[in-house]
Amino acid sequence: MVEENQGLSKMIELTIDDKKVVAKEGDSILKVARENKIYIPALCYLEGVSSFGGCRVCVVEIKGSTRVFASCVTPVSEGMEVITDSERLRRYRKWAIELLLAERPHVCSVCVANGSCELQQLATELGVDHLRVEREWTNYELDLTHERFAYDPNRCILCTRCIRVCDEIEGVHTIDLMFRGKNSKVIFDLDDKWSFAESCTSCGKCSAVCPVGALYVKGKPHSEVKKKELVSFVISRRIEKTIG
Amino acid sequence: MAKVRLATVWLSGCSGCHMSFLDQDEKLLELADKVELVHSPIADIKDFPENVDITLVEGAVGNEEQLELLKKIRRRTRILIAFGDCAVNGNVTALRNILNEGRENVLKRAYVENTMFNQGVPTQIPRLTERVFALNEVVKVDFYIPGCPPPASLINYVLNEFLDGRIPVLDGKFKYG
Repeated sequence: MVEENQGLSKMIELTIDDKKVVAKEGDSILKVARENKIYIPALCYLEGVSSFGGCRVCVVEIKGSTRVFASCVTPVSEGMEVITDSERLRRYRKWAIELLLAERPHVCSVCVANGSCELQQLATELGVDHLRVEREWTNYELDLTHERFAYDPNRCILCTRCIRVCDEIEGVHTIDLMFRGKNSKVIFDLDDKWSFAESCTSCGKCSAVCPVGALYVKGKPHSEVKKKELVSFVISRRIEKTIG
Repeated sequence: MAKVRLATVWLSGCSGCHMSFLDQDEKLLELADKVELVHSPIADIKDFPENVDITLVEGAVGNEEQLELLKKIRRRTRILIAFGDCAVNGNVTALRNILNEGRENVLKRAYVENTMFNQGVPTQIPRLTERVFALNEVVKVDFYIPGCPPPASLINYVLNEFLDGRIPVLDGKFKYG
Protein backbone atom coordinates (compact mmCIF):
# COMPACT_ATOMS: atom_id res chain seq x y z
CA MET A 1 0.00 0.00 0.00
CA VAL A 2 1.26 3.44 -0.89
CA GLU A 3 0.22 5.93 1.73
CA GLU A 4 -0.36 9.47 0.63
CA ASN A 5 2.36 11.81 1.78
CA GLN A 6 1.34 14.43 4.24
CA GLY A 7 3.33 17.47 5.19
CA LEU A 8 6.85 18.22 4.04
CA SER A 9 8.96 15.51 2.56
CA LYS A 10 12.14 15.13 0.58
CA MET A 11 12.00 16.01 -3.11
CA ILE A 12 13.76 13.79 -5.62
CA GLU A 13 14.42 13.80 -9.35
CA LEU A 14 13.65 11.04 -11.83
CA THR A 15 13.00 10.55 -15.53
CA ILE A 16 9.68 9.41 -16.99
CA ASP A 17 9.77 8.81 -20.75
CA ASP A 18 12.94 10.92 -21.11
CA LYS A 19 11.26 13.79 -19.27
CA LYS A 20 12.94 15.00 -16.10
CA VAL A 21 10.46 15.39 -13.27
CA VAL A 22 10.61 16.36 -9.62
CA ALA A 23 8.59 14.33 -7.16
CA LYS A 24 7.95 13.82 -3.50
CA GLU A 25 9.79 10.84 -2.12
CA GLY A 26 7.40 7.98 -1.41
CA ASP A 27 4.82 8.92 -4.05
CA SER A 28 3.92 6.27 -6.58
CA ILE A 29 5.17 6.39 -10.17
CA LEU A 30 1.59 6.61 -11.41
CA LYS A 31 0.76 9.59 -9.21
CA VAL A 32 3.91 11.45 -10.27
CA ALA A 33 3.28 10.66 -13.93
CA ARG A 34 -0.27 11.98 -13.74
CA GLU A 35 0.88 15.14 -11.96
CA ASN A 36 3.21 15.71 -14.90
CA LYS A 37 0.52 14.94 -17.46
CA ILE A 38 2.12 11.71 -18.59
CA TYR A 39 -0.58 9.16 -19.32
CA ILE A 40 -0.38 5.63 -17.93
CA PRO A 41 -3.57 3.56 -18.34
CA ALA A 42 -4.90 2.20 -15.05
CA LEU A 43 -8.03 0.45 -13.88
CA CYS A 44 -8.12 -0.52 -10.22
CA TYR A 45 -6.24 2.65 -9.22
CA LEU A 46 -8.42 5.32 -7.63
CA GLU A 47 -7.17 8.72 -6.65
CA GLY A 48 -7.77 9.40 -2.96
CA VAL A 49 -7.63 5.86 -1.61
CA SER A 50 -4.84 3.32 -1.15
CA SER A 51 -3.57 1.36 -4.15
CA PHE A 52 -3.21 -2.41 -4.30
CA GLY A 53 -1.84 -3.14 -7.79
CA GLY A 54 -4.42 -5.73 -8.73
CA CYS A 55 -5.30 -5.09 -12.35
CA ARG A 56 -1.74 -4.89 -13.76
CA VAL A 57 -2.87 -2.42 -16.43
CA CYS A 58 -0.60 0.35 -15.14
CA VAL A 59 2.61 -1.66 -15.59
CA VAL A 60 5.76 0.26 -16.54
CA GLU A 61 9.37 -0.63 -17.25
CA ILE A 62 12.24 0.67 -15.16
CA LYS A 63 15.67 0.86 -16.76
CA GLY A 64 18.08 -1.61 -15.21
CA SER A 65 15.39 -4.21 -14.47
CA THR A 66 14.00 -6.88 -16.75
CA ARG A 67 10.66 -7.16 -14.99
CA VAL A 68 7.74 -4.78 -15.15
CA PHE A 69 6.29 -2.89 -12.20
CA ALA A 70 2.74 -1.87 -11.32
CA SER A 71 3.23 1.89 -11.28
CA CYS A 72 0.45 2.53 -8.75
CA VAL A 73 2.29 0.64 -5.99
CA THR A 74 5.91 1.32 -6.94
CA PRO A 75 7.37 4.34 -5.17
CA VAL A 76 9.63 6.72 -7.09
CA SER A 77 13.32 6.87 -6.25
CA GLU A 78 16.22 9.18 -7.03
CA GLY A 79 17.53 8.83 -10.59
CA MET A 80 14.94 6.25 -11.60
CA GLU A 81 14.30 6.00 -15.36
CA VAL A 82 10.73 4.96 -16.11
CA ILE A 83 9.34 3.87 -19.49
CA THR A 84 5.55 4.08 -19.70
CA ASP A 85 4.99 2.89 -23.25
CA SER A 86 6.59 0.07 -25.23
CA GLU A 87 5.53 -2.83 -27.41
CA ARG A 88 5.93 -5.20 -24.47
CA LEU A 89 3.91 -3.02 -22.09
CA ARG A 90 1.10 -2.67 -24.63
CA ARG A 91 1.07 -6.45 -25.05
CA TYR A 92 0.89 -7.05 -21.28
CA ARG A 93 -1.84 -4.44 -20.78
CA LYS A 94 -3.89 -5.91 -23.59
CA TRP A 95 -3.64 -9.35 -22.03
CA ALA A 96 -4.66 -7.97 -18.63
CA ILE A 97 -7.83 -6.50 -20.11
CA GLU A 98 -8.59 -9.59 -22.18
CA LEU A 99 -8.30 -11.84 -19.14
CA LEU A 100 -10.61 -9.57 -17.16
CA LEU A 101 -13.15 -9.65 -19.98
CA ALA A 102 -12.94 -13.44 -20.19
CA GLU A 103 -13.22 -14.01 -16.44
CA ARG A 104 -16.94 -13.22 -16.27
CA PRO A 105 -19.63 -12.74 -18.91
CA HIS A 106 -19.10 -9.08 -19.76
CA VAL A 107 -21.73 -8.35 -22.38
CA CYS A 108 -21.65 -4.61 -23.01
CA SER A 109 -24.89 -4.39 -24.96
CA VAL A 110 -26.98 -5.45 -21.95
CA CYS A 111 -24.96 -3.59 -19.31
CA VAL A 112 -25.96 -0.45 -17.44
CA ALA A 113 -22.43 0.92 -17.83
CA ASN A 114 -22.23 0.55 -21.61
CA GLY A 115 -20.58 3.72 -22.91
CA SER A 116 -19.31 4.86 -19.51
CA CYS A 117 -17.39 1.72 -18.55
CA GLU A 118 -13.68 1.98 -17.84
CA LEU A 119 -13.06 -1.65 -18.80
CA GLN A 120 -14.77 -1.12 -22.14
CA GLN A 121 -12.91 2.13 -22.66
CA LEU A 122 -9.55 0.47 -21.98
CA ALA A 123 -10.42 -2.47 -24.25
CA THR A 124 -11.08 0.02 -27.03
CA GLU A 125 -7.96 2.01 -26.26
CA LEU A 126 -5.68 -1.02 -26.13
CA GLY A 127 -7.12 -2.52 -29.30
CA VAL A 128 -8.91 -5.54 -27.80
CA ASP A 129 -11.07 -6.48 -30.80
CA HIS A 130 -11.62 -10.08 -29.70
CA LEU A 131 -10.72 -12.50 -26.90
CA ARG A 132 -7.98 -15.07 -27.38
CA VAL A 133 -9.10 -17.17 -24.42
CA GLU A 134 -12.35 -18.94 -23.74
CA ARG A 135 -14.84 -17.07 -21.60
CA GLU A 136 -16.23 -18.10 -18.29
CA TRP A 137 -20.02 -17.93 -18.26
CA THR A 138 -20.46 -17.45 -14.53
CA ASN A 139 -23.94 -17.32 -13.10
CA TYR A 140 -23.81 -15.50 -9.77
CA GLU A 141 -27.06 -14.45 -8.22
CA LEU A 142 -27.85 -10.74 -8.43
CA ASP A 143 -28.43 -8.81 -5.22
CA LEU A 144 -31.33 -6.41 -5.79
CA THR A 145 -32.44 -6.31 -2.17
CA HIS A 146 -31.17 -2.80 -1.43
CA GLU A 147 -33.70 -0.07 -1.93
CA ARG A 148 -31.47 2.16 -4.05
CA PHE A 149 -28.55 0.07 -5.24
CA ALA A 150 -28.01 -3.11 -7.18
CA TYR A 151 -25.10 -5.54 -7.32
CA ASP A 152 -24.32 -7.89 -10.21
CA PRO A 153 -21.26 -10.06 -9.40
CA ASN A 154 -21.21 -11.27 -13.01
CA ARG A 155 -19.91 -7.88 -14.06
CA CYS A 156 -17.43 -7.47 -11.21
CA ILE A 157 -13.73 -7.30 -12.10
CA LEU A 158 -12.58 -7.52 -8.46
CA CYS A 159 -10.77 -4.17 -8.59
CA THR A 160 -11.73 -3.63 -4.90
CA ARG A 161 -12.37 0.07 -5.39
CA CYS A 162 -15.71 -0.28 -3.58
CA ILE A 163 -14.03 -2.04 -0.67
CA ARG A 164 -11.41 0.69 -0.37
CA VAL A 165 -13.84 3.63 -0.47
CA CYS A 166 -16.19 1.91 1.95
CA ASP A 167 -13.35 1.36 4.39
CA GLU A 168 -11.11 4.39 3.91
CA ILE A 169 -13.54 7.16 2.99
CA GLU A 170 -16.92 6.21 4.42
CA GLY A 171 -15.18 4.38 7.24
CA VAL A 172 -17.68 1.56 7.72
CA HIS A 173 -16.10 -1.39 5.87
CA THR A 174 -19.39 -2.99 4.92
CA ILE A 175 -17.89 -4.39 1.74
CA ASP A 176 -15.14 -6.99 1.60
CA LEU A 177 -13.88 -9.89 -0.47
CA MET A 178 -14.69 -13.56 0.00
CA PHE A 179 -12.91 -16.62 -1.46
CA ARG A 180 -9.75 -16.52 -3.59
CA GLY A 181 -8.54 -16.00 -7.14
CA LYS A 182 -11.13 -15.85 -9.88
CA ASN A 183 -13.74 -17.19 -7.47
CA SER A 184 -13.38 -14.11 -5.28
CA LYS A 185 -16.60 -12.35 -4.58
CA VAL A 186 -17.42 -8.91 -3.25
CA ILE A 187 -19.69 -9.30 -0.22
CA PHE A 188 -21.61 -7.14 2.23
CA ASP A 189 -20.99 -7.68 5.94
CA LEU A 190 -20.78 -11.46 6.48
CA ASP A 191 -22.03 -12.31 2.98
CA ASP A 192 -25.47 -10.98 3.83
CA LYS A 193 -27.98 -9.70 1.36
CA TRP A 194 -27.30 -6.01 0.88
CA SER A 195 -30.48 -4.83 2.60
CA PHE A 196 -29.58 -6.89 5.67
CA ALA A 197 -26.05 -5.46 5.89
CA GLU A 198 -26.50 -3.37 9.02
CA SER A 199 -23.22 -1.48 8.77
CA CYS A 200 -24.10 -0.04 5.34
CA THR A 201 -24.89 3.67 5.47
CA SER A 202 -26.33 3.69 1.93
CA CYS A 203 -23.88 6.47 1.02
CA GLY A 204 -23.50 5.32 -2.58
CA LYS A 205 -19.75 5.79 -2.84
CA CYS A 206 -19.26 2.19 -3.98
CA SER A 207 -21.50 2.60 -6.99
CA ALA A 208 -19.91 5.97 -7.76
CA VAL A 209 -16.45 4.44 -8.09
CA CYS A 210 -17.32 1.09 -9.70
CA PRO A 211 -15.44 1.19 -13.02
CA VAL A 212 -17.86 -1.30 -14.58
CA GLY A 213 -21.56 -2.00 -14.10
CA ALA A 214 -21.29 -4.30 -11.09
CA LEU A 215 -22.53 -1.81 -8.48
CA TYR A 216 -25.06 0.68 -9.73
CA VAL A 217 -27.88 2.94 -8.70
CA LYS A 218 -31.26 1.52 -9.65
CA GLY A 219 -33.05 3.33 -12.43
CA LYS A 220 -30.24 5.73 -13.21
CA PRO A 221 -27.76 5.67 -16.09
CA HIS A 222 -24.34 4.71 -14.82
CA SER A 223 -22.77 7.71 -16.55
CA GLU A 224 -24.61 10.03 -14.15
CA VAL A 225 -23.46 8.18 -11.06
CA LYS A 226 -19.81 7.58 -11.76
CA LYS A 227 -17.01 9.49 -10.07
CA LYS A 228 -13.46 8.67 -10.98
CA GLU A 229 -11.85 10.96 -8.47
CA LEU A 230 -12.51 11.14 -4.80
CA VAL A 231 -10.43 14.20 -4.15
CA SER A 232 -13.28 16.15 -2.60
CA PHE A 233 -14.05 13.25 -0.24
CA VAL A 234 -10.40 13.05 0.72
CA ILE A 235 -10.06 16.76 1.40
CA SER A 236 -13.04 16.73 3.73
CA ARG A 237 -11.53 13.74 5.48
CA ARG A 238 -8.23 15.56 5.97
CA ILE A 239 -10.02 18.58 7.39
CA GLU A 240 -11.83 16.32 9.84
CA LYS A 241 -8.50 14.83 10.87
CA THR A 242 -6.89 18.24 11.41
CA ILE A 243 -9.79 19.51 13.46
CA GLY A 244 -10.40 16.32 15.39
CA MET B 1 -9.73 -7.42 -63.39
CA ALA B 2 -12.28 -9.87 -62.04
CA LYS B 3 -14.51 -8.53 -59.32
CA VAL B 4 -13.87 -9.58 -55.73
CA ARG B 5 -16.32 -12.27 -54.64
CA LEU B 6 -18.01 -11.06 -51.43
CA ALA B 7 -20.42 -13.04 -49.27
CA THR B 8 -22.31 -12.08 -46.12
CA VAL B 9 -23.81 -14.65 -43.76
CA TRP B 10 -26.34 -14.38 -40.95
CA LEU B 11 -25.97 -16.93 -38.15
CA SER B 12 -27.44 -16.49 -34.65
CA GLY B 13 -27.79 -12.74 -34.41
CA CYS B 14 -30.45 -10.08 -34.76
CA SER B 15 -29.50 -8.98 -38.31
CA GLY B 16 -28.60 -5.56 -36.90
CA CYS B 17 -25.11 -5.87 -38.38
CA HIS B 18 -26.64 -6.42 -41.81
CA MET B 19 -28.83 -3.38 -41.25
CA SER B 20 -25.67 -1.44 -40.45
CA PHE B 21 -24.13 -2.86 -43.65
CA LEU B 22 -27.10 -1.46 -45.59
CA ASP B 23 -26.63 1.85 -43.79
CA GLN B 24 -23.59 2.44 -45.96
CA ASP B 25 -26.22 4.01 -48.23
CA GLU B 26 -24.74 5.57 -51.38
CA LYS B 27 -21.38 3.97 -50.65
CA LEU B 28 -23.06 0.63 -51.43
CA LEU B 29 -23.13 1.71 -55.06
CA GLU B 30 -19.37 2.26 -55.05
CA LEU B 31 -18.99 -1.10 -53.35
CA ALA B 32 -21.21 -2.77 -55.93
CA ASP B 33 -18.78 -1.66 -58.67
CA LYS B 34 -15.93 -3.44 -56.95
CA VAL B 35 -17.52 -6.66 -55.68
CA GLU B 36 -19.77 -9.44 -56.80
CA LEU B 37 -22.18 -10.41 -54.03
CA VAL B 38 -22.22 -14.19 -54.29
CA HIS B 39 -24.13 -15.08 -51.14
CA SER B 40 -26.17 -13.05 -48.67
CA PRO B 41 -29.43 -13.05 -46.70
CA ILE B 42 -30.47 -10.16 -48.96
CA ALA B 43 -29.63 -12.06 -52.16
CA ASP B 44 -31.44 -15.37 -51.61
CA ILE B 45 -28.79 -17.78 -52.87
CA LYS B 46 -29.33 -21.09 -51.17
CA ASP B 47 -25.97 -22.85 -51.04
CA PHE B 48 -22.75 -21.21 -49.93
CA PRO B 49 -20.60 -21.00 -53.10
CA GLU B 50 -17.02 -22.11 -53.69
CA ASN B 51 -14.06 -19.79 -54.03
CA VAL B 52 -15.22 -16.74 -52.09
CA ASP B 53 -12.70 -13.96 -51.44
CA ILE B 54 -14.23 -12.18 -48.45
CA THR B 55 -17.04 -13.37 -46.16
CA LEU B 56 -18.65 -11.26 -43.45
CA VAL B 57 -20.19 -13.56 -40.85
CA GLU B 58 -22.76 -12.00 -38.53
CA GLY B 59 -23.93 -13.83 -35.42
CA ALA B 60 -22.62 -16.55 -33.16
CA VAL B 61 -22.91 -20.29 -33.65
CA GLY B 62 -26.07 -21.47 -31.91
CA ASN B 63 -27.09 -24.69 -33.66
CA GLU B 64 -25.56 -27.62 -35.48
CA GLU B 65 -26.59 -26.43 -38.91
CA GLN B 66 -24.67 -23.20 -38.33
CA LEU B 67 -21.71 -25.18 -37.05
CA GLU B 68 -21.53 -27.13 -40.32
CA LEU B 69 -22.15 -24.01 -42.39
CA LEU B 70 -19.37 -22.10 -40.67
CA LYS B 71 -16.90 -24.90 -41.33
CA LYS B 72 -17.98 -24.94 -44.96
CA ILE B 73 -17.58 -21.15 -45.16
CA ARG B 74 -14.08 -21.46 -43.75
CA ARG B 75 -13.11 -24.05 -46.38
CA ARG B 76 -14.47 -21.90 -49.19
CA THR B 77 -13.36 -18.42 -48.08
CA ARG B 78 -10.01 -16.70 -48.26
CA ILE B 79 -10.70 -13.91 -45.75
CA LEU B 80 -13.26 -14.71 -43.04
CA ILE B 81 -14.37 -11.67 -41.06
CA ALA B 82 -16.21 -11.90 -37.73
CA PHE B 83 -18.85 -9.25 -38.28
CA GLY B 84 -20.21 -7.65 -35.11
CA ASP B 85 -20.11 -8.59 -31.44
CA CYS B 86 -22.09 -11.86 -31.60
CA ALA B 87 -19.59 -13.22 -34.10
CA VAL B 88 -16.66 -11.73 -32.21
CA ASN B 89 -17.49 -12.79 -28.66
CA GLY B 90 -20.98 -14.27 -28.47
CA ASN B 91 -22.65 -11.14 -27.10
CA VAL B 92 -26.41 -11.38 -26.42
CA THR B 93 -26.72 -14.67 -28.31
CA ALA B 94 -24.33 -16.33 -25.90
CA LEU B 95 -26.18 -15.15 -22.80
CA ARG B 96 -27.89 -18.52 -22.76
CA ASN B 97 -24.51 -20.01 -21.82
CA ILE B 98 -25.02 -18.43 -18.41
CA LEU B 99 -28.09 -20.62 -17.84
CA ASN B 100 -25.88 -23.66 -18.40
CA GLU B 101 -29.03 -25.75 -18.63
CA GLY B 102 -28.48 -27.71 -21.80
CA ARG B 103 -30.39 -27.38 -25.05
CA GLU B 104 -33.69 -28.95 -24.00
CA ASN B 105 -34.13 -26.63 -21.06
CA VAL B 106 -33.22 -23.57 -23.12
CA LEU B 107 -35.93 -24.46 -25.63
CA LYS B 108 -38.41 -25.13 -22.84
CA ARG B 109 -37.62 -21.79 -21.28
CA ALA B 110 -38.21 -19.94 -24.54
CA TYR B 111 -41.16 -21.81 -25.98
CA VAL B 112 -43.04 -23.05 -22.91
CA GLU B 113 -42.25 -21.12 -19.73
CA ASN B 114 -42.14 -17.68 -21.30
CA THR B 115 -45.15 -17.98 -23.57
CA MET B 116 -48.87 -17.99 -22.89
CA PHE B 117 -50.18 -19.29 -26.20
CA ASN B 118 -49.21 -22.23 -28.42
CA GLN B 119 -46.82 -23.62 -25.86
CA GLY B 120 -44.58 -26.36 -27.21
CA VAL B 121 -41.02 -26.90 -28.34
CA PRO B 122 -40.77 -26.76 -32.15
CA THR B 123 -39.47 -29.90 -33.78
CA GLN B 124 -38.68 -28.63 -37.29
CA ILE B 125 -35.65 -26.55 -36.27
CA PRO B 126 -31.96 -27.50 -36.32
CA ARG B 127 -30.60 -29.02 -33.10
CA LEU B 128 -29.16 -26.38 -30.76
CA THR B 129 -25.53 -26.70 -29.79
CA GLU B 130 -24.98 -27.38 -26.09
CA ARG B 131 -23.60 -23.85 -25.75
CA VAL B 132 -23.19 -20.84 -28.03
CA PHE B 133 -19.77 -20.30 -29.62
CA ALA B 134 -18.04 -17.19 -30.90
CA LEU B 135 -16.63 -17.78 -34.37
CA ASN B 136 -13.02 -18.01 -33.22
CA GLU B 137 -13.95 -20.85 -30.88
CA VAL B 138 -14.85 -22.95 -33.94
CA VAL B 139 -12.74 -21.81 -36.90
CA LYS B 140 -9.80 -19.56 -37.66
CA VAL B 141 -10.98 -15.97 -38.04
CA ASP B 142 -8.90 -13.58 -40.15
CA PHE B 143 -10.31 -10.27 -39.02
CA TYR B 144 -12.69 -8.87 -36.41
CA ILE B 145 -15.13 -5.97 -36.73
CA PRO B 146 -16.39 -5.34 -33.18
CA GLY B 147 -19.52 -3.37 -32.36
CA CYS B 148 -23.16 -3.94 -31.58
CA PRO B 149 -23.68 -3.16 -34.37
CA PRO B 150 -20.45 -1.96 -36.00
CA PRO B 151 -21.02 1.51 -37.49
CA ALA B 152 -21.56 1.63 -41.26
CA SER B 153 -18.46 3.78 -41.69
CA LEU B 154 -16.31 1.12 -40.02
CA ILE B 155 -17.73 -1.64 -42.23
CA ASN B 156 -17.08 0.49 -45.30
CA TYR B 157 -13.54 1.26 -44.18
CA VAL B 158 -12.67 -2.38 -43.52
CA LEU B 159 -14.09 -3.61 -46.82
CA ASN B 160 -12.36 -0.92 -48.85
CA GLU B 161 -9.03 -1.57 -47.18
CA PHE B 162 -9.26 -5.26 -48.06
CA LEU B 163 -10.43 -4.44 -51.59
CA ASP B 164 -7.39 -2.19 -52.04
CA GLY B 165 -5.13 -4.98 -50.85
CA ARG B 166 -4.33 -3.58 -47.41
CA ILE B 167 -4.99 -4.95 -43.94
CA PRO B 168 -7.26 -2.51 -42.06
CA VAL B 169 -5.95 -0.94 -38.86
CA LEU B 170 -8.74 -0.47 -36.33
CA ASP B 171 -6.79 1.56 -33.75
CA GLY B 172 -9.09 4.23 -32.44
CA LYS B 173 -11.78 3.47 -35.03
CA PHE B 174 -13.91 1.04 -33.06
CA LYS B 175 -15.60 0.76 -29.70
CA TYR B 176 -15.38 -2.48 -27.75
CA GLY B 177 -18.77 -4.07 -27.08
